[in-house]
Amino acid sequence: MYYVELLLVGLIWGCTYAMMALGLTLVYGLLRILHVAQATVFTLGAYIGLLAANHTGSLAAAFVTGALAAGALGPLIYRLVYQPILDRPPFVALVASIGVLVAMEDGFRLLFGPYGLSFENNVWFTTTYSFAGMTVNLVQVWMVVAAVLLLSAFAVFATRTRAGVAWRATVSDPAMAESFGISVTGVRYVNFLIASVLAGVAGVLVGLLNNLVEPGMGGVIAYKGLAIIVLGGLGSVPGTLAASLVLGVVESYGTVFLDKLLDRDAIAFLFLIVVLMIRPHGLLGAR
Amino acid sequence: MDYYLSVATFAALNVILAIGLNLISGFCGQVSLGHAAFYGLGAYAAALASVAGVPFPLAILGGVLVAGVFGIVVGFAALRVREDFLAIVTMGVGFLFLGAVRKQPWLGAEMGIAKIPSPLDKWGYAALAIGAAVALVLLSLHVRRSWMGRAFGAVAQDEDAARTIGIDVAGYKIAAFFIGTAAAGLAGGIYAHMTQLIIPDTFNFIQSITILAMVVIGGIGSTYGVVAGAILLTLMPELFRFINDYKLLVYGALLLLVMRFSPGGLAGMIQRAFGVRLA
Repeated sequence: MYYVELLLVGLIWGCTYAMMALGLTLVYGLLRILHVAQATVFTLGAYIGLLAANHTGSLAAAFVTGALAAGALGPLIYRLVYQPILDRPPFVALVASIGVLVAMEDGFRLLFGPYGLSFENNVWFTTTYSFAGMTVNLVQVWMVVAAVLLLSAFAVFATRTRAGVAWRATVSDPAMAESFGISVTGVRYVNFLIASVLAGVAGVLVGLLNNLVEPGMGGVIAYKGLAIIVLGGLGSVPGTLAASLVLGVVESYGTVFLDKLLDRDAIAFLFLIVVLMIRPHGLLGAR
Repeated sequence: MDYYLSVATFAALNVILAIGLNLISGFCGQVSLGHAAFYGLGAYAAALASVAGVPFPLAILGGVLVAGVFGIVVGFAALRVREDFLAIVTMGVGFLFLGAVRKQPWLGAEMGIAKIPSPLDKWGYAALAIGAAVALVLLSLHVRRSWMGRAFGAVAQDEDAARTIGIDVAGYKIAAFFIGTAAAGLAGGIYAHMTQLIIPDTFNFIQSITILAMVVIGGIGSTYGVVAGAILLTLMPELFRFINDYKLLVYGALLLLVMRFSPGGLAGMIQRAFGVRLA
């Protein structure tokens, strides 16, 4: 039973990783940028969501405002940071993105204080359900529901709408897409908007799960997000989703069996390195 | 006086670290986001040796070799994965090192290693660190002009083309990783004996990024530029109190601004202003 519970916890974390990593994959697929600064978007979403929840007392308000704030910041980062350096070698954008991440960690400290904030009335955290000897709280339930709903919505967008088709055309051949009258710039903004909203929602959920929002919370999850998109094969959406769940479960079992040897983050990256040595282009990567 | 000596020693250690990373990333074009792990490997190996009673010069040498050997291992990984994949793998190496050290009782876990014997005084460490930094700068300048440096350049520019004209790409990549990580190991050994206390957090991802910031702000690929970058970023927090409190904010903003306006760093700015190319 214990092992089933570990599997469940791993899958719940996997859903959170998926919301974070899908955005990173979208950005990489379109622009070939490792968007480390996604962590900043994630943390901003969490902070704004927390402030809204503590102000209004409504968790729904937290998600709406968190997603809005994140959705505004992501495209802004694209416009101010990435757009001017798109034609430079790839490490330029990566280093600039790392710059945004580390600078904003101190930025959040300046804005919201160093110790982190908690939700005043986190009812989802205290509402628990027991079944078959396992206990989950409502935040964990919502994590899975939100991941399934948002990722399904994305799948519908990508396959069933005009904008989605334009997006896919631009990913596979930007020049050809442009000559068919698709606004490549518009597609890029939509891309960052979707990625950032997902990150913002994930930020509010992780804040609720830990009942703590602090300046450095985005760092580790962004590094893991990068590990996941590399693990899935850079730019591959199905690969990313599979890798998110696999990594969540590996971490969950790893922290039990390898506890004496490695911590949680080290287990995730050890798994990544081993997989890449066997399959250099990731689990579902091309070539 | 003591204060100035220790600032000078730290500046020299940062020069050693940055020159090492520049050899890997600047000369040979292999992006590494985990350089602090090798700094840590050198520090832990030298500290353990010293605590066990090994003489100081041998302990330092041990740190250099341990870091260099692990560097060769990562060099082999660089043969398997490239570019963005390699950047993430090297970042992973950093987290793996940290996560492993934190859990090992014989490495002091979270508490680190304390009471490391210290055979030199402040002047001694300053002389050692500055001497080593100068030697490495000369080595770096020499490598750039040598056959090896040109081969590194070819690998950085276009691996497949380099292989076609008969350059041993694998050998040169591993050589770059060995030299660069061994240099980090040297810095680690000196650091461990000087401070007599090492903890895992000194060698975390932020440290890797700080070293990268020195290389990038100085001008990736330029030895003099990187030296300037390392010294500048060591002195800045000492000169301005505000910067010491918000080091990350300043480093991050500098990284962003340099990438945005002058990806060649300080060396690139000098080239544009005076038309002189720094070696």
